[in-house]
Amino acid sequence: MSSDAPTEAWARIDTSGVTLGGTLTKETVPRLFSQLERQAPSVSAALDLAQVTELDSAGIAFVLELAARLDSPPDHDPAFGLEEPHRGRLLAFQAAPPAGFVSSAPSPPDSSIWNRWLESLGRHGLRHVAEARDFLFLTSNVFTFGCAALLGRGRARKGTFSRVAVAMGVDAMPVVLLIAFLVGLVMALQAAAQLRRFGANIYIVDLVGISMTREMGALMTAIVLAGRSGSAIAAEVATMVVTEETDALRSLGLDPIRFVVVPRFLALMLVTPLLTFLATGIGIFGGFVAAIGYLDLAPQVFATELIAAVEPRDLVASLAKSVVFAWVIALLGSHQGFKVKGGAEGVGRATTAAVVTSIFAVIIVDAAAGMLLYFE
Amino acid sequence: MSQGRCLLSVSGLEAGYGSMRVLESISFEVERGEIVAILGGSGSGKSTLLKNMLRLEQPIGGRVVFQGTEISTLDESELNRARLGIGFLFQNGALLGSLSVAENVAMPLEMHSDLPPPVIERLVRLRLRQVGLEGADSRLPAELSGGMRKRAALARALILDPPLLICDEPSAGLDPVSARRLDDLLLRLRDDLDTTLIVVTHEVDSIRRIADRLLFLERGRVLFEGSVDEARRSEIDSVRAFFAASGGG
Repeated sequence: MSSDAPTEAWARIDTSGVTLGGTLTKETVPRLFSQLERQAPSVSAALDLAQVTELDSAGIAFVLELAARLDSPPDHDPAFGLEEPHRGRLLAFQAAPPAGFVSSAPSPPDSSIWNRWLESLGRHGLRHVAEARDFLFLTSNVFTFGCAALLGRGRARKGTFSRVAVAMGVDAMPVVLLIAFLVGLVMALQAAAQLRRFGANIYIVDLVGISMTREMGALMTAIVLAGRSGSAIAAEVATMVVTEETDALRSLGLDPIRFVVVPRFLALMLVTPLLTFLATGIGIFGGFVAAIGYLDLAPQVFATELIAAVEPRDLVASLAKSVVFAWVIALLGSHQGFKVKGGAEGVGRATTAAVVTSIFAVIIVDAAAGMLLYFE
Repeated sequence: MSQGRCLLSVSGLEAGYGSMRVLESISFEVERGEIVAILGGSGSGKSTLLKNMLRLEQPIGGRVVFQGTEISTLDESELNRARLGIGFLFQNGALLGSLSVAENVAMPLEMHSDLPPPVIERLVRLRLRQVGLEGADSRLPAELSGGMRKRAALARALILDPPLLICDEPSAGLDPVSARRLDDLLLRLRDDLDTTLIVVTHEVDSIRRIADRLLFLERGRVLFEGSVDEARRSEIDSVRAFFAASGGG
């Protein structure tokens, strides 16, 4: 922009004040501004624009900025000697704002830093209390409407549940299973190198079997679903809030929680244990591949040891945990979606927050469950 | 119309989506300092016309000449330069939600000029004052009313001194008093700053107040072109019905 800037603009500074001439446009103003910042007098001085030949809005802003800095004499010409038509243009910019528009609420009175800090602390506290209340409200409504739906009470749109369940479950299956297989394989390979040194090859089965069944199957599935389905729920709900679709639903007498969240909540509650079960199996298969290929363990030995190591209650606990993970992902995703503020950027923030809080909460729940179930 | 006065010339413009033709051979000219209203029923092609004039959508055929430059043949960078001469006020304002009002208005200047920050700040304040938004600089678009959002968007559309301002339904969603004030603002822009305006609107009152000339579109064709008085006396059924239905007949 500046490379082909015209250079006709000029400034003269002397004892009588500052005289500007030539073309004052957005192309010439940057050079003049830096020149005058270096040379302009800091005392009251007159501004003379009689020789200005062209003036755009950037030139006008520059002139008014300069006039404010020069502290022009009180009796100066409001157009600084400009000729028409530029004179009229400058005066139009200085004219009173259009009447009747309410532009902004009055500014609050200034307060001390201490008061502002206290106000900010109070605001944050109240915001967190409100968020906790909203989350509890959402949770209670989701469980109430969810139970009603399971009992066949209340109307629901046909096809929503199955469509969402397919999107959350079937579509997520390849990535969940691939990750589970790789986790099982890598975990077994890493452990195998150590176990072989002690001649304890057989314990690779216990390690893979127990860790995949008790922890990794459910945890990896939940993390993938938090990234995939939790973010989708948050983005969908947030977009609906931003575009006033949730208000439209309310105006039609439909509760957005019942209409939007409950089908996703139930679908996630169904697909998470199923995916966890499959992921656990595939993860153990990954360990089996490593045990057969790297430690030369016989398949029959692997199977026998696996049955001995893994108890049915491990699998039941894992599936029960996965149901709780599904609740956490669906509730936090929709909660972040409902509390969205702003437009497109708000939707992005809600989505990120949903993924981060869901993964964090899933890990907390997993740790708590692990301590409750396996450490006495 | 003399070549020197003509700011925008559209000839034989054709546009559509897939196999559906939305605009068919649209031709008209806009003189400097004029306010031209484009009206027509829903689905008549008004918004498509605006987007194709600016090549926000690619026309199927025809020519658009703005300030002597044929927009239809420009490459992307030349087109972006030509677009700087045309301010566009979108129907819902289209302000960036993550930026404050002042940041929204300052953005084109920051991206397209080397102006120092104090001058940009001064100009933003002047433009906001011109649209009656003095003091709303730091507010986010989500914190503004519909009318305020439109005025903030108007300040942004004007910040580069475009000789042509295109407004897509500026009064839509505003109460009659706010709509009238916005009309006054547009007139003031034309009178004080020599801005040429193309206004798409359904509001007959607004057309009567501000338009020098109007184009009436129906099914993608210009059905009528003339002054507001001529339109009210028109023999064309659709035009007469439009004004009668709007209480302007």
